Amino acid sequence: MNLLLFVLKRFLRLLLTILIISTIIFFVIRVIPGDPALVVAGIDASDEEIQAIRAKLGTDAPVTVQYARWMRDLVRLDLGTSLTSGQSVKALIRQRFPLTFTLAVLGIILGVIIAIPLGVLSAVHRWSLWDYLGMVYSQAGMAIPSFWLGIILLLLFSVKFPIFPLFGSDSLKNLVLPAIALGFARAAVILRLTRASMVDELSKEYIITARAKGLTEKMINYKHALKNALIPVVTVTGIQFGYMLGGAIIIEQVFSLPGLGRLFLYAIYQRDFPLIQGGVVFIAVIFSLTNFIVDIFYSVLNPKIRIS
Amino acid sequence: MNRSNIRNWIFKFAVLFILLLGVTAIAAPLIAPYNPTDQEISNRFSAPDVHHVLGTDNFGRDLLSRIIFGSRSALIVGIVSTSIAVLIGMTIGLWAGLASKLTDNILMLLMDSLLSFPTILLAITVVSFFGYGLVQVMVAIGVIYSPVFARIVRAETLIIKTESYVEASRSLGTPVLKRVFIHIIPNLLAKVIVQSTITFALAIVIEASLSYLGLGTQPPTPSWGLMLKDAKDYLIQAPWMAVYPGLALAFSVFSFNIIGDTLSERLNPRVLK
Repeated sequence: MNLLLFVLKRFLRLLLTILIISTIIFFVIRVIPGDPALVVAGIDASDEEIQAIRAKLGTDAPVTVQYARWMRDLVRLDLGTSLTSGQSVKALIRQRFPLTFTLAVLGIILGVIIAIPLGVLSAVHRWSLWDYLGMVYSQAGMAIPSFWLGIILLLLFSVKFPIFPLFGSDSLKNLVLPAIALGFARAAVILRLTRASMVDELSKEYIITARAKGLTEKMINYKHALKNALIPVVTVTGIQFGYMLGGAIIIEQVFSLPGLGRLFLYAIYQRDFPLIQGGVVFIAVIFSLTNFIVDIFYSVLNPKIRIS
Repeated sequence: MNRSNIRNWIFKFAVLFILLLGVTAIAAPLIAPYNPTDQEISNRFSAPDVHHVLGTDNFGRDLLSRIIFGSRSALIVGIVSTSIAVLIGMTIGLWAGLASKLTDNILMLLMDSLLSFPTILLAITVVSFFGYGLVQVMVAIGVIYSPVFARIVRAETLIIKTESYVEASRSLGTPVLKRVFIHIIPNLLAKVIVQSTITFALAIVIEASLSYLGLGTQPPTPSWGLMLKDAKDYLIQAPWMAVYPGLALAFSVFSFNIIGDTLSERLNPRVLK
């Protein structure tokens, strides 16, 4: 399969996934017992007020009409209007997303800086101190929940030794601890894969040939094996980036950062349905888009994947 | 001591820890030194001492007792949500594996769509729509992790159904359901068990995360996530509040992960490298 056809096929799948996700979200909201208008209006509202909110939410129309409207608006990239702030959901997301994105980028950079060198050293020097260190790190990374790590980091570096600020989001210094909390666990996943992939690569025949040719170990490890071993790592790193966007929700809460995650939580606490709906679709689309880009990138690095 | 010896010891530790956790959860009222919801306002933020081994919280409640009772929420969530995920995932996986190509494609597309959500986001969404609380959290986690089981079960079913003993059984006219229960399920159970251990650990973390956000277990029921939520507001006055519930959480997740990893290695020796 050539690259163009592969991209096209994946793109169609991406569209289909987005269609299914937005449909699921639409119906989940409608299937749940209870009228969102009643929740929004509160117990003291009059019938007229409830009716007005229904009209505002568009829930007075038949479900099929509502669904058609929802899809039409989505195509126009219109995610509706927030019930609590009166601003468009799109504008709110645009305000908050840069912070979350920066946090995820810092988290992934940190994760990669820790994971890849440690993963490679663990694989090259198996059963050495590096390997044990890698093993301990990967288990700790998977066992320590990011929000607890965030709290402990705050306790250590903002309360006990006030190196980083306890609150605020105006400088990059404010993002260091959240990025560590976010990147720590993700690094564990990348580390495990880097090690496994490198071990696998080092056991292949071309490495034996390279060794027989008299190449130095350094050359074999870092020029030949590492290049190939990193191919699957790129994919996983991309997927981890998507997970970080989701994980940011809780980390932003721990560090009181006004990102997309906090906006989304605020929407939930306030029962702001259009904002919840729009927020979920947005994050899911970004997540799927990341996976799509990773897939394409992977197929360029490893053309074999296009066949399967 | 070589690597495999160390791993063996860690595995034994993990099993012991989980057993201990189970006993603690069952016998919580007998073990806990205090009632986990009893408030002693005059004794707020008391540092760990002989009376309160792990200190007290912002309401003067004994932290150790709350951690002991909190193990109940963690284990209940783990057991119930993993069971829901296995049940839904296995049903869909078996169905997709045995049905026509079209049904298989539709089911798997649905499952993949669920997988295209970040887990925590999906959990928050489900809980926000169905209301806060432990039951909703368990259902949400169960639904979220079902696609992982569906994928595993489908893949295994596709292989097992072409085995000669299954083909033979089919030729003899054994009904589909009987074939599924006698030949297919027993042969894919090992992989499902491994995945269950890992899902168990993930479920505990998601429950704690949701409770931390105020969407899971509701106060005053003790839950590790909820305890950490309270702790964050009192980092200066009572740092111990942030340390111990987190340790309980991390050690439980660590133990389940180790058990999952070890089982997976023992069932698939190729992983051991």
